[in-house]
Amino acid sequence: MPISDWFKAREQRRYTAPTTTVSVADVPDGVWVRCEGCKRTLYMGDLERSEMVCPSCGKHHDITAPERLALLIDEGTFAEMDADLSSGDPLDFTSGKAYADQVVAAQERTGLPEAIVTGTASIGGHRVVIGVMDFRFIGASMGSAVGEKIARAFEMAATLRHPLVMVTASGGARMQEGMLSLMQMAKTSAAAARLAEMRVPYVAVLTNPTMGGVTASFATLADVIIAEPGALIGFAGPRLVEQTIRKSLPKGFQTAEALLEHGMIDMVVDRRELASTLALVLGYLQPGDE
Amino acid sequence: MEFERPLAELEDKLASLKRVDLTDQPELAAEIAELEAEIGRIRETLYTGLTPWERVQIARHPERPKTDDYLASLFTDVVELHGDRLFGDDEAMFAGFGTLRGRRVAVLGHRKGKNTHENVRRNFGSSHPEGFRKAERLMHLADRFGLPIVTFLDTAGAYPGIEDEDRGQALAIAGCLAALSRVRVPVVVTAIGEGGSGGALAIGFGDRLIMLENAYYSVISPEMCATILHKDARRANEASACLQLTAADLLRRGLADEVVPEPLGGAHTDPPAVIEAIGDALDAALVSLAGISREALVVARYERLRAIGEFTGE
Ligand SMILES: [Zn+2]
Repeated sequence: MPISDWFKAREQRRYTAPTTTVSVADVPDGVWVRCEGCKRTLYMGDLERSEMVCPSCGKHHDITAPERLALLIDEGTFAEMDADLSSGDPLDFTSGKAYADQVVAAQERTGLPEAIVTGTASIGGHRVVIGVMDFRFIGASMGSAVGEKIARAFEMAATLRHPLVMVTASGGARMQEGMLSLMQMAKTSAAAARLAEMRVPYVAVLTNPTMGGVTASFATLADVIIAEPGALIGFAGPRLVEQTIRKSLPKGFQTAEALLEHGMIDMVVDRRELASTLALVLGYLQPGDE
Repeated sequence: MEFERPLAELEDKLASLKRVDLTDQPELAAEIAELEAEIGRIRETLYTGLTPWERVQIARHPERPKTDDYLASLFTDVVELHGDRLFGDDEAMFAGFGTLRGRRVAVLGHRKGKNTHENVRRNFGSSHPEGFRKAERLMHLADRFGLPIVTFLDTAGAYPGIEDEDRGQALAIAGCLAALSRVRVPVVVTAIGEGGSGGALAIGFGDRLIMLENAYYSVISPEMCATILHKDARRANEASACLQLTAADLLRRGLADEVVPEPLGGAHTDPPAVIEAIGDALDAALVSLAGISREALVVARYERLRAIGEFTGE
């Protein structure tokens, strides 16, 4: 089956607390999937053992927030924060698919209350505050609840004087919350700027895709910006750019590699080396004097 | 504008009647008076019950007073600054100094043009990364030298081009958001026309938000919202109602502090009066912020932002 179908099937499984390691064991090794990068057929077991990176072409397949946490943090160190925060429907937005229904459907599908999981944890022995966005939840768009959880994560990092690590993936603002959503860009950026003033380090990991209002706010205000190979990162969506300029887009446009070339990010890091790279960077970035 | 067509037809008729010599046809005078009364009634109903989409159209009216008009009428001793010190100068963003009723301030504003030539140079008011980086530069200058910041919002949004992405459009906007949130001087924002998404927000929040009655401020353009929801940009009318993007909507939510009324028909029907009213509102806002310490301003601005959002749970 194509890997996207496998993901769909997996979404049916309930969310378990992300303190446990990724549940690779409950998928039989014998399941065959097709890599969306090289179209080769792979053993699911092999793919999961390589952290959902194709052993053959290096394509980084999207992973969920609980899976990301399991890959990054020292086992058993995660304590979730603000797990009860989720979206209201402040605008009573019923045009198209009713927003309230979309939220419930996303919660049921992902087992997550919102599009970001935040908490405290350790990475390679370094105490951190961490946030991980989950694209399956309404494109991990930033509404009031997401913005609030992010702002609180920045504030917790400031209080604890622990570095903050944000792993982003998002389509941008959550338009169903109107201006309340747009203002989350200002709110999260203010929290990031405040943390920087307090000399507490902030490292961002931009994963596929990180777009719009998230890229244009807290995600790129980090002291060190890491991106995953092949991740789509930008402000305007590629379709909008194409329609505006009425030309086809250059190859590799808005990829992590293009951003690296243009000097917009610090490094592109293979997922299988991400935890060790983060630990290395965090070793240099200790919180400064208050 | 489309919704004004019935009114325009009556006004044309009135104009043609007025060209007739009335001495021979006294009965025409009565007809003219009746028509004038009718036009008055139609104006009243047309403009008092404006839909959000009609307000968006008024906000985009080509004759609407623009940042340049406010600069020329409200400020003396204007000094324009150019360039982001990195790549170029973006004419879609004004940055500089000016004196507003005796008070020296830093001024930022999206800049639409008055004609095609100006609009091409200014990219119709849609900034490139250089515009935002110039704005951020001015924010830091204002902070260092204690100049209050006054901004004018009037943009459909940041420009979505290939080169803009390559030169870090998102990072340029984020830089403005971070800087504006921490400047230790008063920040007063005036929404005078279009408030399109991140490109507006980059200079679009502070200690006070003053909005003209028909200005709009939105997370996404009504057309793009309609495209996402219905795959049909022509349903922007519906989308603009859903997005709650009018000045009245923002005031009700506590996002805007004050709405400055416009004359019937919109700001373009009487620019001098509207510009003066904005001048009064700006002056009052700056006076109200003048006594606050630098530290208290930053704390209050942070708390103002932190309070924005509606969600469930604690
Ligand atoms: Zn592959």
